[in-house]
Amino acid sequence: MSAQHREIVVIGSGPAGLTSAVYTARANLEPLVIEGVGAGGQLMLTTEVENFPGFPEGILGPALMANMREQALRFGTEFVTDDVSRVDFSSRPFGVWVGDTEYRADAIIISTGASARMLGLPSEQRLLGYGVSTCATCDGFFYRGRPLAIVGGGDSALEEALFLTKFATKVTIIHRRDEFRASKIMRDRALANDKIDVIWNAEVTEVVGDQAVESLVLRDTVTGETSTLEVAGLFVAIGHTPNTALFEGVLDLDENGYIVTAADSTATSIPGVFAAGDVQDHVYRQAITAAGSGCMAAIETERWLAEHA
Amino acid sequence: MGKNILTLSDATFDETIAGSDTPVLVDFWAEWCGPCLMLAPTLDEIAAEQDGKLQIAKVNVDENPTTAQRFNVMSIPTLLVFQPGDSSAEVKRLVGAKGKSQLLADLAEFVG
Repeated sequence: MSAQHREIVVIGSGPAGLTSAVYTARANLEPLVIEGVGAGGQLMLTTEVENFPGFPEGILGPALMANMREQALRFGTEFVTDDVSRVDFSSRPFGVWVGDTEYRADAIIISTGASARMLGLPSEQRLLGYGVSTCATCDGFFYRGRPLAIVGGGDSALEEALFLTKFATKVTIIHRRDEFRASKIMRDRALANDKIDVIWNAEVTEVVGDQAVESLVLRDTVTGETSTLEVAGLFVAIGHTPNTALFEGVLDLDENGYIVTAADSTATSIPGVFAAGDVQDHVYRQAITAAGSGCMAAIETERWLAEHA
Repeated sequence: MGKNILTLSDATFDETIAGSDTPVLVDFWAEWCGPCLMLAPTLDEIAAEQDGKLQIAKVNVDENPTTAQRFNVMSIPTLLVFQPGDSSAEVKRLVGAKGKSQLLADLAEFVG
């Protein structure tokens, strides 16, 4: 099959990818967005977004992403709903494959984002979908009237804990330190909630259960003592890892796997390949900063194409 | 939703599987589940392409908690595949949204 040629291929469809699509589409560059299985990105797993400017009453994460996608479509963006299987950036136009379909692009914007990190326990993997979950908004519903635990201490963990109190009898937050790294507003909300308990300085060493989660084995990170906590479900919210497996050995990545971009720029180690959003940002990781860097990538791509194409 | 896709309920689940000539892939989903919505267009495509080989059906877990509970669905989207006529237990279980190529690979034994 012959390759389809494009001026711009955007890989990923969170706020970074869709903002770059809106900008490059409005510049008549007819972007192709390979939106991936996780189309819409991490915001598809959230509920109310209270800090995206322009929505004084807040907006649901999936609704925000549907709006962004619609806005990109309006200016002529084309979408492919599947994952990229491999890339070849060794020559121009750059090669991007979705299964057997080959695309060639003059410039690439990578916005593949990040995915939920897991604890890395065999028992956690075995019980994924049977009481272990990384998506509170998807699975909280199944735990009406039952006790739950959530691991983590960032904004996402506390937001999910608060969401889970709508269903669970009790939500125990297990955190490996003695204070949360979450923002003050989220800490205050979580600690004020009657249904939320916190076990400080603890980590989960095993998820116990055969066909469903029955309990957790916890280890005190200070004393080393172990204890058992009976719960019906475990939600994991211990941060994210960048989705960069496709680019290992292709682009410069930092020691944590994030794509390295030039200072004050979205330029990667290969000219003509730009990266925006959480895939290159381990500092801010907000919807609005992702959108902002998507805009930067679009403008840098336009300029680069004008000079090189 | 594609025209080839059936909507199942607690009341119609068993009779639909019993009456099917082909394996049935059942998508357990809900409107408030982002990954379920991401998966929907892919299932529409597969339903159209696999017409006559693999029947695709949906169970809304909000409206049909009994069926979800019966198959121990604790996470959505969950896809269960049933052999024609046998709704007692699934022969394949896939948890979480996947892309079309991955999904077709996971369903290789059922798709043409």
